[in-house]
Amino acid sequence: MKYMLLIYGSERVWGNMSKEEMERIYAGHRAYGAAMREAGVIRDGSELKPVTMATSIRFTNGKPKTVDGPFAETKEQLAGYYVIEVEHLEQAISWAEKMPGMTDGAVEIRPLAVSAVM
Amino acid sequence: MFLARIIEEVVRTDGRRVLAGLIRLTGDFDAAEDALQEAYVRALEVWRRDGVPDNPGAWLNTVSRRIAIDRIRRERSLAAPERGGPRVHATPIDATAAEPADDASGIEDDRLRLLFTCCHPALAPDARWTLALRTLGGLTTREIARGFVEPEATTAQRLVRAKKKIREARIPFEVPAREKLAERIDTVLSVLYSIFNEGYASTDAPSLLRPDLVREAIRLARLAVELLPASAEARGLLALMLLTDARRAARLTPEGELVPLEEQDRSLWDRAEAEEGVRVLDEALTLADPGPYQTQAAIAALHAAAETPSQTDWAQIAALYQALLAWSPTPIVELNAAVALGLATRLEHALDWIDRLEQRAELSRYHLLPASKAEVLRRLGRPREAAAAYRHALALVTNPAERRYLEKRLASL
Repeated sequence: MKYMLLIYGSERVWGNMSKEEMERIYAGHRAYGAAMREAGVIRDGSELKPVTMATSIRFTNGKPKTVDGPFAETKEQLAGYYVIEVEHLEQAISWAEKMPGMTDGAVEIRPLAVSAVM
Repeated sequence: MFLARIIEEVVRTDGRRVLAGLIRLTGDFDAAEDALQEAYVRALEVWRRDGVPDNPGAWLNTVSRRIAIDRIRRERSLAAPERGGPRVHATPIDATAAEPADDASGIEDDRLRLLFTCCHPALAPDARWTLALRTLGGLTTREIARGFVEPEATTAQRLVRAKKKIREARIPFEVPAREKLAERIDTVLSVLYSIFNEGYASTDAPSLLRPDLVREAIRLARLAVELLPASAEARGLLALMLLTDARRAARLTPEGELVPLEEQDRSLWDRAEAEEGVRVLDEALTLADPGPYQTQAAIAALHAAAETPSQTDWAQIAALYQALLAWSPTPIVELNAAVALGLATRLEHALDWIDRLEQRAELSRYHLLPASKAEVLRRLGRPREAAAAYRHALALVTNPAERRYLEKRLASL
């Protein structure tokens, strides 16, 4: 079963981080990714650029309109994701609990629907 | 009619055990319940014709497993291979499972798995209660709806959603890994305690049709003790439920008014139930792994031991509340600790502590804070201040029985 781990945190907190702290978190993610490869569970993953870089296409009665910004203004923002393939939710929870750099915020676990687009 | 009653009895005693095994076999709650349902229907036919078998539970187990396996095979052969195979998720089907398991080994393991799955933290709290009552307790959807005083459709909807989440997000049917076990046992116990409290606190629905959530919670707590023999807190919780429930007959007047502990007619307390509670607590304590349920049970046991209110060992109770605060540092526990301290030492100490709690505003909507304050002030012989505190409590209270009680207290000043 594939699960997406969506990493939510405050971009404000991230923006105020020291270079060293930042580097420590990136190192954490490199080690995390390596551990996931080792376990053979990782399928995809990336950090996302901040929501100030986001563009949304809003639809009204099927008509698209391009606007600046994320789909919703929230206290915490989607900062990155992993896609993993494991047996069941318990294992996905175990991986999500080990997410590096999480002092606050949340990791949302979403099972992927079977109907793959690609 | 006689046969129907036997089947009803088998459903109560063996049905739930069989269901746990079926869920593991099929990996699907609905498929398991369907198979069990069909087995009941067959039991009616076959038992009427051939007589009731010597071991109806084993018969039910064998037949329902065959039904479930037949269905899985049929679905597999129907499912187009390119559509992704079987719908069942949690556990791969083991071909050897097709052999009827007559011995009881493994059944308890399945019930333990079911307990953890129903109480999984990935399910919403109300979904956990509902699922536990439905699959482990064997209550019908209608009975659960009556228990929680809600429309049956709401309960049914919640069950559908919970089972769907288990299926779609693949919540596994298994006992948690060692490093998570303690935390998950806590979750299981808190689910059972919530069911108990829901039943115990509900004083406003005296209808006879209302199923006894207290009794069900105690039954489930017994099951937890049986399945988790090494858990001191499981025993602590069962002891707490028994000791609390032992006071039930004295807790309300015939008119449905709340009677505070110190005014209860102690001859109405169920001595046998309290004694069992104390026994279970003693067993828990020998495991030398203290926790909040055992501590609360110990407090309840001290109340049970006092033949009159004045014989209550408040010094011990105050010390136990202090210990409880270390595990559950909630303002409600603190309020109880404050009152116990006042009764153990001087009432002014309770008043000081309650005043400090008031200033922190966490309990600003909680009627028992001004109600406790009023009680302390009344005992201190300060009726005007007590009256003001009772009025404050009345402005916050919602439960009708508690409202009537507070009104009476205010009038008696």
